[in-house]
Amino acid sequence: MTIDTGTLWIVIIGLGLGSFALRFFFLGVIGDRPLPRWVLRHLRYTAVAVLPGLVAPLVIWPAATGGSTDIPRLTAALVTLAVGITTKNVLLSIFCGAATLYAGIFLF
Amino acid sequence: MASSTTNSAYWQGVRDGAPFVLVVAPFALLFGVVATEAGLNLLETMAFSVLVIAGASQFTALQLLTENAPTVIVLASALAVNLRMAMYSASLVPHLGAAPLWQRAFAAYFLVDQSYAMGIVKYERDRDMSLREKMAYFFGVVTPICPNWYLFTLIGALVGQKIPPEMALDFAVPITFIALTAPMLRTGAHVAAALMSVTLALVLAGLPYNSGLLVAGIGGMITGAQAELWMERRGMKV
Repeated sequence: MTIDTGTLWIVIIGLGLGSFALRFFFLGVIGDRPLPRWVLRHLRYTAVAVLPGLVAPLVIWPAATGGSTDIPRLTAALVTLAVGITTKNVLLSIFCGAATLYAGIFLF
Repeated sequence: MASSTTNSAYWQGVRDGAPFVLVVAPFALLFGVVATEAGLNLLETMAFSVLVIAGASQFTALQLLTENAPTVIVLASALAVNLRMAMYSASLVPHLGAAPLWQRAFAAYFLVDQSYAMGIVKYERDRDMSLREKMAYFFGVVTPICPNWYLFTLIGALVGQKIPPEMALDFAVPITFIALTAPMLRTGAHVAAALMSVTLALVLAGLPYNSGLLVAGIGGMITGAQAELWMERRGMKV
């Protein structure tokens, strides 16, 4: 579980440099040339393609329960998603998800 | 005259950026807490927030680090989450591309979801803004947001160790990510990308080195792009 200090610093510095490179690339280096449409079309979906894949296993097999599916956590995830889709309000969704989680842990 | 309009553009930016403190502060606080819980010390936690300033990407890296994923996978996944920044950078070029290099470098460092969104909306509405005004506005928006990102990470890191395990903070990251992603599911193509990503991530969860996530990410992107093309061909709204 513990994170190796060397690995951690490689990630912090690598991610810092990499994120800056992504932000600076077009504004600083490429200039005014437009991107090909197919590249933009894929870039549009990066966040919705990576984040759900990261979260899904954490929801279905939470580490805190040793990997067995847990009703409070599953319900909390579904409530967060439903509130997020209907209201588009990030903070409200987090609040409702957390409230559901605590209610679920208390009940089960 | 020029300096007074530049000045007012800056303060306009500060006013427009201020409400985002309500979004950024709790998120930064949570990062500070979760990072501390994961065993990071104060310096490591702060270095993350100052060098990376991108919440979703920081949480992704932290989550994979606690799972002991290989460094390459951690970096590739966390950078993939930040690929949208390249898109922001490209779309700001017509507005800020003529500024001196050092200003563009600072703007790039402070290019976050909020500063991009406010900037691009303003530039496309007020088309007669000068370059100096546009830059001043951009840095105005950033002024209440980024310092609070650092400050609330610090507060989170300082209180993090005092939070008991009954608080079930293990689930803060999934809930936050779901809440961040849900409003992004604007079109059928976005939903298709997310569903493909979830399916692949679950089916490939057994692959070594968390490499299933990379496949899920690439699969999700291709699915989104193809769904967009399919919808365009049928004249549907994308």
